Amino acid sequence: MTNLIDLTLSDLVKKIKSKEISSKEITSVYIERSNKSKKLNTYVEQTFDEAIKNSEKFDNNPNFNKKLSGIPLAVKDLFCTKNVKTTAGSKILENFVPTYEATVTQNLWNEGAILLGKLNCDEFAMGSSNETSYFGNVISPIDDNLVPGGSSGGSASALAAKLTPATIGTDTGGSIRQPASFTGTVGLKPTYGSCSRYGIVAFASSLDQAGPMTRDVKDCALMLEVISSFDPKDSTSINFKRPNYFSDLNKNIKGKKIGIPKEYRVDGMPTEIENLWEKGKTYLKDCGAEIIDISLPHTNYALPAYYIVAPAEASSNLARYDGVKYGFRADGENLIDMYEKTRSLGFGDEVKRRIMIGTYVLSSGYYDAYYLKAQKVRKLIKNDFDKVFNKVDAILTPSTPSSAFKIGDKTNDPVSMYLNDIFTVPVNLAGLPGISIPAGLDKNNYPLGLQIIGKPFDEQVILDIAFSMEEKINFKLKTNDWWIK
Amino acid sequence: MSKDQYIIEKNENKYEVIIGLEVHAQVLSESKLFSTSATKFGSEPNTQVSLVDAAFPGMLPVINEFCIRQAVKTGIGLNAIINKKSIFDRKNYFYADLPQGYQISQYKDPIVGEGTVVLDLPSGPKTIGIERLHLEQDAGKSIHDVDPGSTLVDLNRSGVALMEIVSKPDLRSPEEVNLYIKKLRSIMRYLGTCDGNMQEGSLRADVNVSVRKLGSDKLGTRCEIKNVNSIKFMQMAIEYEANRQVELLEEGNVVDQETRLFDTKKNQTRSMRSKEDAHDYRYFPDPDLLPLVFDNQFIENIKKEIPELPDQKKNRFIEKFKLSPYEATILVSDLDTSKFFEKVIEKSDVKLSANWITGELFALLNENNLEINESPISPENLSKLINLISDGTISGKIAKTIFEIMSKEDKDPNIIVDEKGLKQESDPKALEDLIQKVLSSNKDKVNEYKSGKDKLFGFFVGQVMKESKGKGNPQIINKILKEKLNG
Repeated sequence: MTNLIDLTLSDLVKKIKSKEISSKEITSVYIERSNKSKKLNTYVEQTFDEAIKNSEKFDNNPNFNKKLSGIPLAVKDLFCTKNVKTTAGSKILENFVPTYEATVTQNLWNEGAILLGKLNCDEFAMGSSNETSYFGNVISPIDDNLVPGGSSGGSASALAAKLTPATIGTDTGGSIRQPASFTGTVGLKPTYGSCSRYGIVAFASSLDQAGPMTRDVKDCALMLEVISSFDPKDSTSINFKRPNYFSDLNKNIKGKKIGIPKEYRVDGMPTEIENLWEKGKTYLKDCGAEIIDISLPHTNYALPAYYIVAPAEASSNLARYDGVKYGFRADGENLIDMYEKTRSLGFGDEVKRRIMIGTYVLSSGYYDAYYLKAQKVRKLIKNDFDKVFNKVDAILTPSTPSSAFKIGDKTNDPVSMYLNDIFTVPVNLAGLPGISIPAGLDKNNYPLGLQIIGKPFDEQVILDIAFSMEEKINFKLKTNDWWIK
Repeated sequence: MSKDQYIIEKNENKYEVIIGLEVHAQVLSESKLFSTSATKFGSEPNTQVSLVDAAFPGMLPVINEFCIRQAVKTGIGLNAIINKKSIFDRKNYFYADLPQGYQISQYKDPIVGEGTVVLDLPSGPKTIGIERLHLEQDAGKSIHDVDPGSTLVDLNRSGVALMEIVSKPDLRSPEEVNLYIKKLRSIMRYLGTCDGNMQEGSLRADVNVSVRKLGSDKLGTRCEIKNVNSIKFMQMAIEYEANRQVELLEEGNVVDQETRLFDTKKNQTRSMRSKEDAHDYRYFPDPDLLPLVFDNQFIENIKKEIPELPDQKKNRFIEKFKLSPYEATILVSDLDTSKFFEKVIEKSDVKLSANWITGELFALLNENNLEINESPISPENLSKLINLISDGTISGKIAKTIFEIMSKEDKDPNIIVDEKGLKQESDPKALEDLIQKVLSSNKDKVNEYKSGKDKLFGFFVGQVMKESKGKGNPQIINKILKEKLNG
């Protein structure tokens, strides 16, 4: 029998439902492994005792009609969890305990899942390497000097190191797909409005989406089916008929038209990635799909537009962390002094950088030149996608322009760090669904991912395409558990 | 120059005063603009605060449709353009009683556009332009005088829906401001969209004041006086501010554009911040809220709920009941007064009812500082009293006596008449006896009258009334007396 830890989420659910294993058994296995894996610094908060209690509760009175019956899960620490510390990776929320639950995590618990703990992330999800967290950087299980990507770096690392059978992250500019790509896992950013933002610590409200991070595409479909829901508590949540992503998942993509955007062939992209992309095209053809060359002419402007819109929204969203109501407060001579000290000490450098950029681009006299212009660019990018989606069903691109980089490599060069998001950012700006699947390894044996972008609410189509490619690619993530003492 | 005009004279120069108001009217609603918290006034601090109102991480605003309907309703009442698409923006600034660090407001695309309000000036109607009406959240309240060491914050008001109603700079005097606020309040109370209670802060205003030489058509530099919460203070602030600006100009100085505060203890305005120090609010569309879009049907459905408004009611009173414009204006100015009046005239003579309400009843209310809905005399009993006059049961004079009794205890006037025996004596036979008695005992005066001293007629009437203990019907007394003396 395979090691329990190696079972995919969907297999695990089966085994629990067939009573081959108990919830407590599997929960204990994950806790034990997590305890041995502290070196990776994936957890910000562990709720292991509570998890054991909950698994016992499940086993005593099991309900096997749920989609995640008795499954232990750790989630990104950007989701507010009732009575469990939620920090967003920031000192300013170091001791913040919400009295409420995010809608997407509530959906997990409603389907029988059990919380294992909260996973490290870049501070307020601002980062591409999980090096901006107040609680220290996360190490990738791929190699001891490698970043796991970000901002859902703790989630990606924990998933790849098998400290949780699956997880959820949030993706504002690539924060699910890029770390998934770096760690050889599957990550999906749903269409904007598919998953509720209620109870998620906000970074950039018009871009933020929660999404699944899993070991394979099947698990991804299962997790998406659980977390996606219409929520009246989020005014941007959309009420559409959600398919049964998991049970409807199939490999029949015959006749699907897949676009290859020429603008994603950027200068300095490693040939390995170029080759992988070619291989992806071949696999798709083998599955009966048709490859069509397309153009997304405004792609080049996506990153600059993103780094105006996202910081602008963030500068306003983070104004509430002022030391008055909750979270960290530094003493001050007066109100203004207290604000200044609280926010100076409470926020890290990257967060401060973005608050300053955001404040600047919204100031009177600069608003039209930056924020308004960026919104126009955003519209053009959306139009680009709308146009090509008249011709194709989905788009295939690399997930990132490089494989994972070394810890500390880009921390002093924010722009080079931001450039890591060039393939993922346009998808957020256009509000589209995108999935990253592991596609191969580079010369250092670091994983590389391919991204499939779909039409709005067409998650089923990109999942089906990913599912077909996954079989052809047959990627096997190999880590030798080097971090376990 | 009309007699209504408000002019400031200094060194033989005449200045007119230009005033525009930004009125903040609290939307009459059980719950807040973006949360389900209650809005009851005077509750214990921080008992009406949701996680959204206190801006907890991950909390999101959800529009309260009722508040939207209230704003549209108000817009219709102001004869204004209703914008089928409007946008909520964030107005960013830091303050302890502003939990989000921004106020959700409407900036470039308000829900209501240009409209009008008509004032009834003694010289005739004057139309004041409305620039716009937009929806926004109220902030919380900072309390500085309870704890000596710190400021306390009460978030009960945080998130309560306000309508900011911006007038064009069409007002020209403190009196016009008085009439404008009262008219606005009256319209909103008719509509049920704002209770207009200034003591509770449901209605407050920022007042923009500038002056210019009479005859000039160029606007002067304005100052904005923030957050004045009574009509009296608004008027005082305008008078002070206008005179201050005239002084400056007459001394050869310029008026600086600035925000000022009205000090209610000194009755002065003082500088709060200059234009240079003005906040940069970094407005941008709130990404948590989609643009607010509705269709014609939505507006049409609300139009069906609009009651008769003061101006329409006034015209009806004038046309249907032949009331004077003055009487009609007074009777419709307040919704409760008009309701009281309409209740009384259900069963009583219109003209007499108007007279009694605007005369005796208003005097009584004024004297005791009461609102009409606190009137010690119910409309039903006032109606009965008026009917007793109409049918000749009592005289107007007796009616005043009964009214006074009623003001102390709201009793059916018929009962008072019976108990006190105040019924008017209208029997000609009985009155003739009394008259005969008066004439017999005043033979010398009768002779004087007959020899031409007409003025004595009043004396005889008075004597007869005295004999009747005030209950004699004056018309009949007059008639019989005339017959007797002239016959």
